Amino acid sequence: MTYIAKPKFHHPGLPTNELGYTHRDYEGKISTLCAGCGHDSITASIIEACFELSIEPHRVAKISGIGCSSKTPDYFLGNSHGFNSVHGRMPSVLTGANLANRELIYLGVSGDGDSASIGFGQFAHAIRRAVNMVYIVENNGVYGLTKGQFSATADRGSKSKRGVVNTDSSIDLVAIALQLGATYVARSFSGDKRQLVPLIKGAIEHQGAAFLDVISPCVAFNNHVGSTKSFDYVREHNEAVNRLDVITGRAPIKIDYEPGKVEVVEQHDGTKLALRKLKDEYDPHDRLAAMNFLQQHAAKGQVVTGLLYVDTEPEDLHAHLNTVEAPLNTLSERELCPGAGVLEKINAGLR
Amino acid sequence: MQSTDIAAPDYFHKVVDCQWACPAHTPVPEYIRLIAAGRYSDAYMINWRSNVFPGILGRTCDRPCEPACRRGRVEKDPVAICRLKRVAADFKDDIRGRLPKPVAHRNGKRIALIGGGPASLAVARDLAPLGYHCVVFDQDPKAGGMMRTQIPKFRLPDAVIDEECDYILNLGIEFVGGRRIDSMKALLAENFDAIFVGSGAPRGRELDIPGRQEAAKNIHIGIDWLSSVSFGHIDKIGKRVIVLGGGNTAMDCCRSSRRLGGEDVKVIVRSGFEEMKASPWEKEDAMHEGIPILNYLVPKEFTHENGRLTGVVFEKVKAEYDDKGRRKLVPTGEPDEHIACDDVLVAVGQENAFPWIERDLGIEFDKWDMPKVDPKTMASTNPKIFFGGDAAFGPKNIIWAVAHGHEAALSIDKFCSGEDINDRPQPMVDIVSQKMGIHEWSYDNDISADKRYRVPLRDKVVALRDIKAEVELGYDVELALKEAERCLNCDVQTVFTGSLCIECDACVDICPMDCITFTDNGDEAELRTRLKAPSRNVTQDLYVADGLKTGRVMVKDEDVCLHCGLCAERCPTGAWDMQKYLIDMTQAEDRCRAPARSAA
Ligand SMILES: Cc1cc2nc3c(=O)[nH]c(=O)nc-3n(C[C@H](O)[C@H](O)[C@H](O)COP(=O)(O)OP(=O)(O)OC[C@H]3O[C@@H](n4cnc5c(N)ncnc54)[C@H](O)[C@@H]3O)c2cc1C
Ligand SMILES: Cc1ncc(C[n+]2csc(CCOP(=O)(O)OP(=O)(O)O)c2C)c(N)n1
Ligand code: SF4
Ligand code: SF4
Ligand code: SF4
Ligand SMILES: [Mg+2]
Repeated sequence: MTYIAKPKFHHPGLPTNELGYTHRDYEGKISTLCAGCGHDSITASIIEACFELSIEPHRVAKISGIGCSSKTPDYFLGNSHGFNSVHGRMPSVLTGANLANRELIYLGVSGDGDSASIGFGQFAHAIRRAVNMVYIVENNGVYGLTKGQFSATADRGSKSKRGVVNTDSSIDLVAIALQLGATYVARSFSGDKRQLVPLIKGAIEHQGAAFLDVISPCVAFNNHVGSTKSFDYVREHNEAVNRLDVITGRAPIKIDYEPGKVEVVEQHDGTKLALRKLKDEYDPHDRLAAMNFLQQHAAKGQVVTGLLYVDTEPEDLHAHLNTVEAPLNTLSERELCPGAGVLEKINAGLR
Repeated sequence: MQSTDIAAPDYFHKVVDCQWACPAHTPVPEYIRLIAAGRYSDAYMINWRSNVFPGILGRTCDRPCEPACRRGRVEKDPVAICRLKRVAADFKDDIRGRLPKPVAHRNGKRIALIGGGPASLAVARDLAPLGYHCVVFDQDPKAGGMMRTQIPKFRLPDAVIDEECDYILNLGIEFVGGRRIDSMKALLAENFDAIFVGSGAPRGRELDIPGRQEAAKNIHIGIDWLSSVSFGHIDKIGKRVIVLGGGNTAMDCCRSSRRLGGEDVKVIVRSGFEEMKASPWEKEDAMHEGIPILNYLVPKEFTHENGRLTGVVFEKVKAEYDDKGRRKLVPTGEPDEHIACDDVLVAVGQENAFPWIERDLGIEFDKWDMPKVDPKTMASTNPKIFFGGDAAFGPKNIIWAVAHGHEAALSIDKFCSGEDINDRPQPMVDIVSQKMGIHEWSYDNDISADKRYRVPLRDKVVALRDIKAEVELGYDVELALKEAERCLNCDVQTVFTGSLCIECDACVDICPMDCITFTDNGDEAELRTRLKAPSRNVTQDLYVADGLKTGRVMVKDEDVCLHCGLCAERCPTGAWDMQKYLIDMTQAEDRCRAPARSAA
């Protein structure tokens, strides 16, 4: 929390994107989170990703639940649509909004408490229904907003700030998302923007259910020795399987990795994901192998990060339901009430 | 890159762009904050210590601080540093009680000072309180030098000069007015312990072209004419006046002419408008008074009839640049232009002249007939004799004269105490955290977005009627406060402690100017290519700190930092702190301080 407004002045040499905006144009209000909170770095990464993709802010809908993490949509994309829903209900509100208007980019922002405790069912159903969205969990292993109780993602055996050991098993949201059919699954760390920003960009470009678990230390309640979600612990146990560059047709990025080590994955919409492999054996197209890999490393106390799974031909809820392309609010009476003749036909079909 | 040694006094001093650029290193942001707080007398005293003539300089300074001011890089125009100095002088209380008192017991050393301009007065001000018996000789009746005799009263009223010269002379200084020194040898024979030459650059350069002699009655040398105006010997000029030259003397000549009957006054310059020596604001002031500036015209001949000047013939030129980028003025080939006029003022430069210094006194002169002077100590090759102001290195300005004065005073004090004058003591540095609470600082860190405020002017018609009516009215208290709030407090430094940093990126994310980057180390040029925002201003330092757990370094580009303190507010561990850095340059009274670090 800071008392003064962030000055409007910006560096005179800041680059602009295709829309003529600087990254500062993607900011929101000044953050009210604790100084040093990992969530603020995720905010900065979302800003950077949207800036780099030249996204028009009014094409984005930010939807969240309750928690420090769920407050963050106020701090980025000040000119976008937003809905701060009730605790754990972000996925349903997002699903409804998406069904009503599929033309927007849906950014669901949630916390580990919001998604793995009270909203666990909501999370599961939005993923299994393949809602076209970016679902980001800002995962700190605690309920930050309510002063640091263990959340369901806290590892068994990890210690609270007051020294109490967590005896419950933890939920790995990435494993569940994989199992429930998410078509873009990644894990990252708020302290590694070089990895995180491209993963967010890839998720935005992905036309299906994209799930991102971002470990985000809570400096107030979960950044001590004995925590497995602290800056130090994550830096020591981070096992990155790959590094990503997102190449959009508009602004090609030069890749200067050693040949053979880079795999270019083309997504359905034409964007390319350049994946630099860090672990040779890791294949991000094999859902089952990914789940195994994750479990094996988790057992060793390692935190696997990177693009863990991607399906280049995703389908989404609209495709499954065969819904109309146009946003519902643009449909006129003529389309909504096609007349007695059509009704007669439908009735005939039911006889 | 090597980690930055922030203990070296120069490092943070350079970050305070204005103070670094000020020849006398005035602690600018410190006095601007005091003005914002309404503490005008305190603000005045800070200035008085550093630059000796706050009221005079607040109206006339060449202000090298302003082009250097960070605000100019962040926004458009720099803070009006100079005119805020005037505010301190205008609104202060009676500060006489805060000035040093004349000493009760002199130390027995006698110092002669030749010339009563700002250079000599600064030396005397520094030395008199230490017990020196200072004797100032000037050929003119009153002290002030060119501040009094050259600068027109509509820019600098006599009352201001009198007040600030008196503060100095009242320190127990002996002023011998109306006495010209005609022989250095004779003066040396008077057995002073040291002599300071502050005689200025008193000779105006001539323009020897056909017609000069014949039309001499209406052709005047600018600085001689201005001093005659100042002394009241001249009070009118012809209706049509041409001023030749593009420096500040030319600007004062043309504006004075407008007030003495000149209706059609033109400034005519050989060079282009941009290359003129006058400051942008001086040109602006002249044009505001309806004086056109004509460029690329070289005077060729004065025309005259029956011993009366009728005009000047000019050759038209253009600028051409050779492959080394050097400018040459070449004729355009167009026909010459004759411009009719009644009077010409020649303001094409100033020169030094030392006819009264015999050349066998151990004072060496160079091939331009200038004395050899050490720019650090102001000593000549005669150990007893020191130079300063325009006499040392040719015409400069008041603030340089003052800066020379401080250095010369320190040297004289050391010399008279039998010490090595080359051992310059270290400046006093004080650095204090400004933290008051989690989000509270003892300075106003909220950044004003206001544009530079204009100084109110006297109505033009009224101003042109009276050559003594001051044109600028100065900021009132309200405008001063608003202008003061534009200052970025560049002396409140961002201080980083690597061992406390947890690399959470909070400072990187909040910084409005993208100053901060955590990255792998590299050499400076390469590192500058990898920073969060383009780092193109290589005159500004990179602050590099190590000691981080990941082995990376923190790199802060000082260039456009707003000193808003948000990095420190967002830092969860106190690795960043905002600390006020006060640097107090050494003056004669601080002679006993430790010598300067060579690394600084
Ligand atoms: C027209 C004009 C306008 C200017 N405007 C500005 C301005 O706005 N701002 C600014 O900063 N600077 C300005 N300057 C420059 C500034 O006035 C000088 O740089 C400054 O006064 C130099 O100070 P000084 O102490 O070296 O010498 P001076 O001020 O020149 O003082 C030298 C004194 O020594 C006396 N003297 C010389 N020889 C002898 C001798 N042999 N015996 C006894 N006395 C002697 C002279 O009479 C004079 O009083 C201006 C100059 C001119 C000509
Ligand atoms: C229905 C309901 N139950 C409980 C709460 C209290 N509550 C507020 S935030 C929160 C947990 C938030 O944890 P998380 O989603 O991890 O967010 P964080 O603050 O850690 O970012 C809880 C239980 C609530 N606001 N509403
Ligand atoms: S309590 Fe924790 S999660 Fe919430 S703002 Fe503070 S550091 Fe961030
Ligand atoms: S902003 Fe203030 S402190 Fe900074 S350079 Fe300008 S006047 Fe000096
Ligand atoms: S004070 Fe800190 S946050 Fe503010 S501009 Fe400077 S480095 Fe950035
Ligand atoms: Mg949480």
